Amino acid sequence: MSEQTILSVRDVQVHFKVKAKSRLPWAPPRTLKAVDGVSFDLRAGETLGVVGESGCGKSTLSRAILNLIPATQGEIVWMGETLSTASPRAWHDVRRDIQMIFQDPLASLDPRMTVGQIIAEPLREHRRGMSKEETTQRVRAMMAKVGLREQMINRYAHEFSGGQCQRIGIARALVVEPKLVVCDEPVSALDVSIQAQIVNLLKSLQAEMGLALIFIAHDLAVVKHISDRVMVMYLGHVMELAGKDALYAGPRHPYTRALLSAVPVPDPAVERAKVVQILSGDIPSPIDPPSGCVFHTRCPIAQPRCATEVPSLRAVSDHAAAACHFA
Amino acid sequence: MSLLKVDHLAVEFQTPDAAVRAVNGVSFELEEGSTLGIVGESGSGKSQSVLAMLGLLARNGRASGTALYQGENLLTMPPKALNRIRGNRLSMIFQDPMTSLNPYLTIERQMTEVLELHKNMTRRAAKKRAIGMLEAVRIPEAAHRIDQYPHELSGGMRQRVMIAMALLCEPQVLFADEPTTALDVTVQAQILQLLRNLQHDFGTAIVLITHDLGVVAGLCEKVMVMYGGRVMEHCSAADLFARPSHPYTIGLLRALPRLDEEGAALRGIPGNPPNMAHPPAGCPFQERCVDANAQCAERMPALDPLNGDATWLRACHRPVEQMKSLHEEPSHV
Repeated sequence: MSEQTILSVRDVQVHFKVKAKSRLPWAPPRTLKAVDGVSFDLRAGETLGVVGESGCGKSTLSRAILNLIPATQGEIVWMGETLSTASPRAWHDVRRDIQMIFQDPLASLDPRMTVGQIIAEPLREHRRGMSKEETTQRVRAMMAKVGLREQMINRYAHEFSGGQCQRIGIARALVVEPKLVVCDEPVSALDVSIQAQIVNLLKSLQAEMGLALIFIAHDLAVVKHISDRVMVMYLGHVMELAGKDALYAGPRHPYTRALLSAVPVPDPAVERAKVVQILSGDIPSPIDPPSGCVFHTRCPIAQPRCATEVPSLRAVSDHAAAACHFA
Repeated sequence: MSLLKVDHLAVEFQTPDAAVRAVNGVSFELEEGSTLGIVGESGSGKSQSVLAMLGLLARNGRASGTALYQGENLLTMPPKALNRIRGNRLSMIFQDPMTSLNPYLTIERQMTEVLELHKNMTRRAAKKRAIGMLEAVRIPEAAHRIDQYPHELSGGMRQRVMIAMALLCEPQVLFADEPTTALDVTVQAQILQLLRNLQHDFGTAIVLITHDLGVVAGLCEKVMVMYGGRVMEHCSAADLFARPSHPYTIGLLRALPRLDEEGAALRGIPGNPPNMAHPPAGCPFQERCVDANAQCAERMPALDPLNGDATWLRACHRPVEQMKSLHEEPSHV
């Protein structure tokens, strides 16, 4: 891992206008704050895990980085270039360097294209001059790398199992040799034995190609296995951003502690003895988020101050930053 | 006498291509107030075995074998008799709480229907009882929530409504098919806590179908591991996690990312699950098994007691002490 920062996300907000729940057609629209002021840096070759419950904004954030959903405010800097002001030409190159892997392995592949066509498509767009022979050769090499047999090149996506489809998705993302791959829940639709195959494949390809990964997942145990640093999100805000060892050994934010204690451990003795911090109630609506610290309505250690004062993400140790007044 | 005795249960689906055997020779017994976890990957037949018992198979499915509930075979019971038991003595929670609630009906209508049908209660008495049950599963403002439609509730709350509905008639057996898979971990912890309390309070026997071994560790006394429609190992949860004896169970435990262990690399099980339309002869796990030999391809090993211990059943030709999977590390895939 080098010290070079390749991606810098500065105070990014993604707000959606949603129809007011009023019967009056002229009622002003309301704002859904999916991502609300997220900042982080990503170094070359590093894996950043992003965790949080559904609705915390982790997927929206990943799409904002690629401008698939434009950020309403804030700055995204890729290799020193601010993306919001980048020309379409520059964007074209960025889209080659940042690739994405999606959650649903089958739905993210075109059912009418063969595996060979699917994997060759990024090459056709980003390596325009490449000859047909070289393209096929590259596709075959990539298939071998992700563990697909060469004879499968003319098959269609529906002929494959979920794990194999995800391998195709990985091959498609990596064939243009990107610098960063954004993985949005790449293993959550897969069975445990297959999930481990795909996590190991991603790790070995990352080491081989020097990729940086943004690994979004709701499974904290999977994130622990693949990440160097972990970012915990709740209602569009970053609650904690810390090195993997620091976060799992000594979580500083009460939300991180609750999340970690809720993960079931596959050992009856440990699982039955442990005390789960049960969070009361449901996650509040991002249309009308709580004032002050967004977590204060469910926080076990909340004080009156938390309802009025928004805690900023501040360093609490060498490897950890948390957004809590009491971290 | 055990509450539920399942013997050689098999489920077959007629498809245009071939007959697919989803479940093959599943046998188990369930005691009153006990918990059984059925673990397996998608397509292992764990859900279909339970659906078969409740007569809920798809139209092209056919079940054979026996499933005795209080001496009566559920599989051959006429629908009318089955309807008196289903939702009453035996009830079920489904995986997806949105698609298993009727979007056109309020929570009240869906819950009172159960009581009117099985307990001959009046609508008013049934509503009172339903509100009480919603409070028992900790739905805030239950009296107000009961008049809402499913889409107005969050995922965790819908799952709690499903659980409340399944418990209305105080069933003897609750079948829970992946009850927490669609939920976030913090909500999952709430629901599991709830199931534990309910079992304690009502003495309900629970059959929990899941792919998550962590959930099994927290809730189940006994575990049945399934693969390719067959039972691979069936023993107490404590034994399964401490001393797994089947190559598949061992592989599954090694593939599981854990929070409580440092540094251990994940080891996937190489290969893919078998295509159930064309299952391999012999043991369905042989293609992915490091311990497989010629015998495994010929015939399916019987589910026999391990070392003469009738509470620990395993289906593998290779004796435990000769298993390579216990020592050798499978290749990284």
